Amino acid sequence: MLRIVPPLTLFLFLAPVLVGLAGTLAPAFGYLPAIGAREISLAPWRTLLDWPGFATSFQLTLRVGALASLLSLLGAVSLVAVLSGARWFSRAQALLAPLLAAPHASIALGLAFLLAPSGWIVRLVSPELTGWTRPPGDLVTIRDPAGLALVFGLLTKEIPYLAIVLTAALGQVPSARLVACARSMGYAPHTAWLKLVLPRLWPQIRLPFYAVIAYSLSVVDQALVLGPGNPPPLAVLAVRWFADYDLARYLPAAAASLMQLGLVVAGLGLCRLVEWLAARFGPAWLERGRRSGFGERALPLAAGVTGVLLAAGLAALLGLALWSFAASWPFASGLPTRWSLAAWMGASDRLQANLETTCMIACAATAIALLLCLGCLENEARCAHRPRNGVLWLLYLPLIVPQVAFLFGLQVALVRLRLDGSLCAVIWTHLVFVLPYVFLSLADPFRALDPRYARSAASLGASPWRIFLEVKLPMLLRPILVAAAVGMAVSVGQYLATVFAGAGRVATITTEALTLASGADRAGIGVLGLLQALVPLACYGAALLVPRLVFHNRRGLA
Amino acid sequence: MSGASNGLVLDAVAIGIGGATLIERLDLAIAPGNVATVMGPSGSGKSSLLAYVAGFLDTRLFDAGGAVRLDGLDVTRLRPEQRRIGLLFQDDLLFPHLSVAGNLMFGVPAAISARTERLRLVEAALADADLAGFGPRDPATLSGGQRARVALMRVLLSQPQALLLDEPFSRLDAALRGAFRTMVFEQARRRGLPVLMVTHDRQDADAAGGDLVELA
Repeated sequence: MLRIVPPLTLFLFLAPVLVGLAGTLAPAFGYLPAIGAREISLAPWRTLLDWPGFATSFQLTLRVGALASLLSLLGAVSLVAVLSGARWFSRAQALLAPLLAAPHASIALGLAFLLAPSGWIVRLVSPELTGWTRPPGDLVTIRDPAGLALVFGLLTKEIPYLAIVLTAALGQVPSARLVACARSMGYAPHTAWLKLVLPRLWPQIRLPFYAVIAYSLSVVDQALVLGPGNPPPLAVLAVRWFADYDLARYLPAAAASLMQLGLVVAGLGLCRLVEWLAARFGPAWLERGRRSGFGERALPLAAGVTGVLLAAGLAALLGLALWSFAASWPFASGLPTRWSLAAWMGASDRLQANLETTCMIACAATAIALLLCLGCLENEARCAHRPRNGVLWLLYLPLIVPQVAFLFGLQVALVRLRLDGSLCAVIWTHLVFVLPYVFLSLADPFRALDPRYARSAASLGASPWRIFLEVKLPMLLRPILVAAAVGMAVSVGQYLATVFAGAGRVATITTEALTLASGADRAGIGVLGLLQALVPLACYGAALLVPRLVFHNRRGLA
Repeated sequence: MSGASNGLVLDAVAIGIGGATLIERLDLAIAPGNVATVMGPSGSGKSSLLAYVAGFLDTRLFDAGGAVRLDGLDVTRLRPEQRRIGLLFQDDLLFPHLSVAGNLMFGVPAAISARTERLRLVEAALADADLAGFGPRDPATLSGGQRARVALMRVLLSQPQALLLDEPFSRLDAALRGAFRTMVFEQARRRGLPVLMVTHDRQDADAAGGDLVELA
């Protein structure tokens, strides 16, 4: 029974990716019988390349991807390097929780409120510092053609993610002793960290960083709010054409999706090349014996800038909260002048339906993911056999392949199965993204459980299933709930997956928020944006609280 | 005593790993109530031997052969939970999510189904270990010596036919060690359990008084 779980799991989360990729490949070369296109040709590519905005769109995609991934790595490394020695480091991590829990779209909506020419920052300094009594018309702060606002948005999400991965990896490296050892030889502290600790962390943040590269190159949800509209980044262009009434647009859209995949593959290839160069020439840098260098001053500076950036992210969420309770917030007031619950009450019926759909999809996808992951891990424990590194790559596949590159093909397959637009299809598609995160967060604690507990129970006569249910599950309650909260957060944040698999008919708070994003109902956007962040945060809170309640008189688990 | 059908018998047990021999051949008969001791440096195969007897040895990593017989019954092919061989580790491994009584109840065989009877056994075991009234306590609030006694009573309540000890006294300080050791051996003798002990400590072997096997 248990033995079929690993292959079943692989099938459930890889089949949609592979089927979807195949289903995007064929239309990119002119073959999509569903709309009567049967002639294999390069015409879709020509349409794409001849599109007037193509060159700009292409450059924009590269610029945003490169800037966002490099700066998020720099920000996360500097933040962890500078702060990890501090005693209040663990408390500082708690500040990252809202940014980790809030979906990309929610942060983007908040940042739009914060940074726009009529946004919160301008209101706080106007008219005293700027003299503006009306929003400046000629100032472009968000949706700028260079994509810098979009980079800002990506950084506020990706830096906390990489920082948390780095912190987890840090637990497995004797960093304090390494740094102390180097300092006793005269190395400056940050230089010591960069030379001794970072190289040992790299293997564990490599795959998460690849996921950041892929997301930054192919981002859609944040680009809809913060990115330039015309021409948009390549992935947004593809989504726009996929949604076009003119079905012939599907073909160049598929070509754009495939080009997007090519860009990600090229980006990862470049990253590997840099890694190879670092491995080749890094030792010389270490052996030269320089005790202090550029990093010594640059690192605290970068950490400071990162801190400001993350503070802006938190302010963005606060701004959403303020707007959701604002009855009236005229320009240049620092705060709403009148407050009301109208946006929360007025939208209640529709809001409640969206919220219910969101929670149902998230709960179902998370529950299935948890069952599969626990099954895989228990099977692994019973066979005393640890999967090789290649499996880790497979886990990251849905996070590295750009979503536009397989969601359209998947939609075509779902239409053929008559599943498109069904909740079942949406749940399955969410599972593709939820499962890797649930597995990654559950695997370490599950494998770290002292195997002698199980042996001890077996020598008392307990069967494997009894050991699993009565010993392992209760002892792992906290990591299991944390993994569930991670799964819920991932599912709530899904935008493209919901739109494609739901055929536009399944509305969650995330799709609804992005639908409203271009409108003027700022209070309504505030409500939806805030809810997107609150639902995952509540799940994280419950994951920490429930074990404390259940085990309130068990000090060994508190 | 050799050849006795009662007790724990190791018949030509051999263990190797990757072509290297850990234990060439071990024949050992432990009569009920007796304690045999295995000593040897790290890597000599002591732990592998215990794992083999208990049924946990990873046979894909190790090449192991030979029969383990318990009261005349060959248990070599049985799964660990079917062997009726109790195991006591260096650490007490009390389940942190269960109370002291919960831990003991976990050990009582399911065949004893009446709750009152299960409770009575647990109460009696606690009293036997000088821990009367400790049932509702959180194991994490007990001292090291108390936890060790609970772990012993838990394994005894599961009604094993033999006992394996994996350096069970090494984590206790000198004063407690002697007392707990006496308690374990006394309990085993009273219940007629053959005991196989792995230890680093010569004093443990002297106190056990039974056969001594030294692995190289």
